[in-house]
Amino acid sequence: MRLRMVGLAVLVMAAAGCGGVGSDPGGEIRVSAAASLTDAFASIEQAYEDAHPGTDVVLNLAASSSLREQILEGAPVDVFASANLLNMQVVADAGMVVGEPAVFAGNTLQIAVPPGNPGGVSGLADLSREELLVGLCAAGVPCGDFAREALALAGVEAAVDTDEPNVRALLTKVIEGELDAGIVYTTDVAAAGSVVEGIAVPAGHNVAAEYPIAVLAGAPDPVGAEAFVAFVLGAEGRAILAGHGFTLP
Amino acid sequence: MVLGLLGLAVFVVPLAGLLARVPWARLPALLGGDVVTDALRLSAVTSLAAVAISAVLGIPLAWLLARVEFPGKRVVRAVVMLPLVLPPVVGGSALLFALGRRGLVGEALGDATGLVLPFSTLGVVVAATFVAMPFLVLTVEGGLRSMDRRFEGAAATLGAGRWTVLRRVTLPMVAPSLVAGVVLTWARAFGEFGATITFAGNLQGRTQTLPLAVFVALETDRDTAVAISLVMVAVSLIVLAALRDRWWGAR
Amino acid sequence: MTAGLDARFTLRRSEAFRVDVALQIPPGVTVALLGPNGAGKSTVVAALAGLLPVDEGRVVLDGTVLDDPAAGTLVPPELRRVGVVFQDYLLFPHLSVLENVCFGLRSRGAPKDRAAAAGAEWLDRVGLGGMAARRPGDLSGGQAQRVALARALAAEPGLLLLDEPLAALDVSTRSGLRRALAEHLEAFGGPRLFITHDPAEAFLLADEIHVLEDGAVTQAGTADDIRFRPRTPYAADLAGFNLFRGTAAGATVDVGPHALAVADDRHRGPVLVTIQPVAVAVHLAQPTGSPRNTWATVVERVEDLGSRIRLQMGAPLPLAAEVTRAAMTEMGLEPGRRVWVAVKATEVGVEPGTGEG
Repeated sequence: MRLRMVGLAVLVMAAAGCGGVGSDPGGEIRVSAAASLTDAFASIEQAYEDAHPGTDVVLNLAASSSLREQILEGAPVDVFASANLLNMQVVADAGMVVGEPAVFAGNTLQIAVPPGNPGGVSGLADLSREELLVGLCAAGVPCGDFAREALALAGVEAAVDTDEPNVRALLTKVIEGELDAGIVYTTDVAAAGSVVEGIAVPAGHNVAAEYPIAVLAGAPDPVGAEAFVAFVLGAEGRAILAGHGFTLP
Repeated sequence: MVLGLLGLAVFVVPLAGLLARVPWARLPALLGGDVVTDALRLSAVTSLAAVAISAVLGIPLAWLLARVEFPGKRVVRAVVMLPLVLPPVVGGSALLFALGRRGLVGEALGDATGLVLPFSTLGVVVAATFVAMPFLVLTVEGGLRSMDRRFEGAAATLGAGRWTVLRRVTLPMVAPSLVAGVVLTWARAFGEFGATITFAGNLQGRTQTLPLAVFVALETDRDTAVAISLVMVAVSLIVLAALRDRWWGAR
Repeated sequence: MTAGLDARFTLRRSEAFRVDVALQIPPGVTVALLGPNGAGKSTVVAALAGLLPVDEGRVVLDGTVLDDPAAGTLVPPELRRVGVVFQDYLLFPHLSVLENVCFGLRSRGAPKDRAAAAGAEWLDRVGLGGMAARRPGDLSGGQAQRVALARALAAEPGLLLLDEPLAALDVSTRSGLRRALAEHLEAFGGPRLFITHDPAEAFLLADEIHVLEDGAVTQAGTADDIRFRPRTPYAADLAGFNLFRGTAAGATVDVGPHALAVADDRHRGPVLVTIQPVAVAVHLAQPTGSPRNTWATVVERVEDLGSRIRLQMGAPLPLAAEVTRAAMTEMGLEPGRRVWVAVKATEVGVEPGTGEG
């Protein structure tokens, strides 16, 4: 009986070990990137793989806060690209970052509205109108924290109808016309094209998001991770980011 | 034996992982917070409402599937089962396209009644009903099929009309299936996440049920997330254990 | 208007199998539908109860047309007032015994307390007054049968159908329950039809017997008509059944030229005596041991029934016995052969009455 219990424990640990070590470290770079980087990093992945044949960049896109939790729980990740400094700081404070995180891009906020702007939204003040369906990112998610900061700066008490788990989910509901307005990144509006309209948030109330990137201490492929970060910070990476509407440091 | 224990481990290990993270000292304060109490209240109300709607609509549907022959029955049963296999997010999207403000039915509904389902508590109920009702339909249909229909004939010879037969013979005789279906339906509705967040959104006090609260809290306040998870585990265990003893154990 | 049941109908169960029946049962008369398994007996019950519509013909009860496809008439079962005791009783398992018995009255809208009072009275009448609160699952087979009978009768039917009411009971309780059943049938004033595959039940309980074979009635008449003038091999097989009229005096019954010792010693006066042919033992010499009834006789006739051999004995009692083919060969049984027969006292069935309506 005891022997069998030991066997069971070994099995369970072996199973856990498999997940922790990850598979082939050579040729595969695991990048956890904020949801707002979805389109830009897809382009960067393509460009990097073209420049480094045989290397496979695997993107894991989600809210920075979700990615942070995954990393803290020991997920096998080489590179972390966050949509705000706070989440990166938490990971760095846990001693899980190699060197200093570098800011590689910046972003601003816009109010996204469905085509034709059915709610007649002209600025942050309109978000307090009860009859409109207004969405934000949830508090704790970078786009949600930035949006709340911007609303506070403008002195607006928004009548929020939903706290979406990430910026893409929020944008989708605006595109579908289910929401009359949602505060998202300028880059998201640019990427969505004609299916959504962007209303500018004045510079005085706007909040400039900073995107830091870092190689992680537990990286299964530290060499590849360094190379990928250098690529993002380099001329090619900057050009792609600018093309997607990001500001550059 | 080994495989059995391994099977048990599949259930026990994640539960142990959760329990290991519980901040016991702060638990009362965490659970007393308005995020938790709002979500608990909303989960209770919406899951029970989903069960009630499932019963009112699902029992007649189960009856149709079990007792009435009509063309395309296989297709209808497949459609009823669809939410069981569909990822809830897909279900939520489908609901949005159908019942959203610009949806197939939702737009007309909004124009006619001013009712907007997304981002409302009613929307949460609709999402929960969508994913949970198949459990009720399928278990009750199974009960109706396995029931000896001669009892209904016997009741008829005693002067019972169709409604009396249904009320006094058929439904009581399929009661075990009905109870099992209600429990499964409730459990599914109580744990519903994907379709809810996709269709009904997430707002404390209005659409943020316990699973949504856990998801959001996981990224901002891990201790609260663990505390809410603990509440869900406890409520589920209590309900399942109580019903099992009372209804299934007795039979 | 003609009182009682008048039914002539055809019902097709499948391409190959159809049931063709003509039944006329006046009030107060018991008709047995006797036939082997699969003859279509239960189909007749279902048709009369309204659970299966007939394909042709008419079913009329007390002048009311219940089923007449040609005229487009079909009265549903709940409006027919046809009481049924089903073969396995079909007592509602989720209701108490009393609730089962009250079911008919409640379904027809009787107030709860009045239905309960009537139901309790019926339970008393079948001797189960103390079982009102029990569940059907807690009852013995005999008790369940009586509850089923009370349930059917409490609904105040105009026709009573009994589908093999004794078949589910074990042999030891069957005789007593058969007697009780006879009394309850007697108390019910309407026409009664009961279904059986057991000739003893048919001979003992019915005024008139219809033999149903393969969906068709092959013979109808009194017990003696069937026994002495069988028209089909099946009826001839029934003819071997031993049935004697006699006079009981406690532990013995005088059956004309012979007195039989019986285990059932409660009866006095005219009775019917039954002995299963297989219960008759045949010996070449006088047997010793427990059988109380032994006598010498002569084999009059030998009939080959396939797997079994039937022997018809001569004086002093025209008894039929069944033996195996091996026993026949071994003992050299043939007409004219002198043998001893033995019947245990416990194998002799005794029923009060004359067996005539």
